Amino acid sequence: MSQKAGNLMTASDAIIETQGLGKSFKGFWAVKNVDLRVRRGTIHALIGPNGAGKTTCFNLITKFLVPSEGTIRFNGRDITALKPADVARLGLVRSFQISATFPHLTVMENVRVALQRPLGTSFQFWRSESSLDRLNDRAMALLADVGLETYSELPAVGLSYGRKRALEIATTLALEPEMLLLDEPMAGMGREDIARVSQLIKRVAKNRTVLMVEHNLNVVADLSDTITVLARGEILAEGDYATVSRNPQVVEAYMGTGAGTPAGASAADA
Amino acid sequence: MKSREVLIGLLILAGLLVAPTAIYPVFLMKVLCFALFACAFNLLIGYVGLLSFGHAMFFGFAAYIAGHAIKVLGWPTELGLAAATATAALMGLAVGLIAIRRQGIYFAMVTLALSQMVFFFCLQSKFTGGEDGIQAIPRRPVFGVIDIQNDITLYYFVLAIFVAGFLLIYRTIHSPFGQVLKAIRENEPRAISLGYRIDHYKLLAFVLSAGLAGLAGATKVLVFQLASLTDVQWQMSGEVVLMTLVGGMGTVLGPVVGAAVIISMQNYLKGLGEWVLVIQGLIFVITVLVFRRGVVGEIWAAMTRRKPESGPPA
Repeated sequence: MSQKAGNLMTASDAIIETQGLGKSFKGFWAVKNVDLRVRRGTIHALIGPNGAGKTTCFNLITKFLVPSEGTIRFNGRDITALKPADVARLGLVRSFQISATFPHLTVMENVRVALQRPLGTSFQFWRSESSLDRLNDRAMALLADVGLETYSELPAVGLSYGRKRALEIATTLALEPEMLLLDEPMAGMGREDIARVSQLIKRVAKNRTVLMVEHNLNVVADLSDTITVLARGEILAEGDYATVSRNPQVVEAYMGTGAGTPAGASAADA
Repeated sequence: MKSREVLIGLLILAGLLVAPTAIYPVFLMKVLCFALFACAFNLLIGYVGLLSFGHAMFFGFAAYIAGHAIKVLGWPTELGLAAATATAALMGLAVGLIAIRRQGIYFAMVTLALSQMVFFFCLQSKFTGGEDGIQAIPRRPVFGVIDIQNDITLYYFVLAIFVAGFLLIYRTIHSPFGQVLKAIRENEPRAISLGYRIDHYKLLAFVLSAGLAGLAGATKVLVFQLASLTDVQWQMSGEVVLMTLVGGMGTVLGPVVGAAVIISMQNYLKGLGEWVLVIQGLIFVITVLVFRRGVVGEIWAAMTRRKPESGPPA
C-alpha cells in the first residue's frame, strides 16, 4: 500500500485540507499553523510525542473543538463553521480513544442506531420500535463483516476490548462514511487484537480514506501510506514511513535512539 | 421478555380496575396522578439521563391553568385538561431551550431556578389566588355526558388518563426516537459522531415529559377540586425525584411503584406528623446506599440473574 505515497499530489486529490489551523487554550497554542493534506483513498497517520497536539488536531478536524484560527476543507467545502453532528452527516466520521459503544444496548442495537437515522423516523416517538427490524439484515451483514454476528443479542458492555473496537468500526461503517478518523485505534490492545483490528482497518480502507492518530509505530509503519509528525503543535515532517523515520529532526524529537521505539519512552524531553 | 412485560401490565391493570371496591378511591386517584407525574419525570432521568429539579413547575402550573379554565372561564373538563397539558408542554419548550445545553448539576440548577421563578409568579399573580389557591373547582361532566361527581366514576376517568399517559411513555421508550434517547444516555459524544443533533432529541423528550407532568397536575385538580402552591413549590420537585428513585429509575413500572409507596406512607403514617418526612429521608438514604436500582430495578435484576446466560460468552 505504501507505494501509493510516492505519487504526486494535486489539489483535487486532497479530501481534507487544513490551512493555518491553530487552537489556543488560554494563550497556550496546542496546535499552531498546521497545513495538513490528506489524500483521497490513503491511510494517513498522525504521530508525535505526547502533548504534540495530535488529538487536538483530530478534534479540530471533526469539529469537537472549535479552531482558534485557520480553515478546514472537506472535499473542497469549507467546514470550519459546522457542528460535529453535521460534519458526520457529510461523511466524515470519527472514532474515540476510549472505545465508543453504547454499553447497555445490544450489539445489534448499537449498529442499528447508526443505520436508523437515514430512515427519517428518529423523532417519531409514536412509532413502534419494531419498525426498525427491517434494518436487522443490514446490521447483521455489518456485524458479520467484523466477525461479531454470533454476539448480536449480547449487550455491548460484555464484549472484550478488541471486540468492542470491532463493534465500533462496524457502527461507524454503517454510516458508509467517505472518510474515517480513528483516534488511537490500538490503544490498550493486546497483540492478537492489534492484528485483527489492523486487518480490519486495511480492509475498510480499500474504498475510503482513513486518518488516524496512533502511538504504536509498528502499526503505523504497517498501515499508513503517509505519516505526518507533529511536535509542539506544529508539523515537523511528512512522508512515508521510510522518509519520516530517517529524518534527523524526527529522530531527535520523537524517537530518541531510532525507529521502532515505542512512543512515550523518549517523549519526556519533547 | 416482552410477553412477560405485557402480562405484568395486564395484571396490574386488572388490579386497578377492581381496586376501588377495596381501597378508598380518592387515595387511589392521588396515587395514579403522582404515578403519571413520576413516569413523566422518569422519561427524562431514566432514558435521557437528565435530572430535572424543577418538574413541579409543570405539574403545579398546569394545575392552576386547569383550575382557572374550568372554574373561572367555565370550560368543559376535557378542554381544561387539554389546555393545561398544552401550557405545560409549551413551558417545557421554553425551559428546555434554556436548560438543555447544560449538563449534570448545571442542568438541575437551571431547572430549579426557573421553577422558583414560576413559583413566585404563582405566589404573586392574581389568577392563582395566592396563598388560598383556586378552590372548589367544579367537576363538570366529561364530554358533556360522563358525570364525574361520583368518586368511583371519576376514578375510572383518572385511570383512563393514567393508562393513556403511561402507554404513550411506554411507546416513546420503545420507539425509534427512544432508541436514539438511549444512545444519547449511554454515550453522548458517540451519538453526536453518528450524526445526531442531540439537543433536538433532548428537547423533544423534555417537552413530552413536561406535557405529561402537566396532565398529571391537571388531573389532580379534578380529584381534589383544588389548585394550590403545594403543587408548584420545590418540595414537589424533590418528591417526584424520591418516588422515581425508590421505585427504580429507568424502569417502566418503577415510578408507579415509587409513587404508590410514597403516597401510601404519607397517607397511612399521617398520625406520625412531621416524622413522616424523617422516615421519607431515611428511605431515600437507604435506597441510594443499598438499593440503587430501586424496588422494581432490584426485582428485575434478581429475575434476570436467575436465568442462565444466553448467547456465547463475551
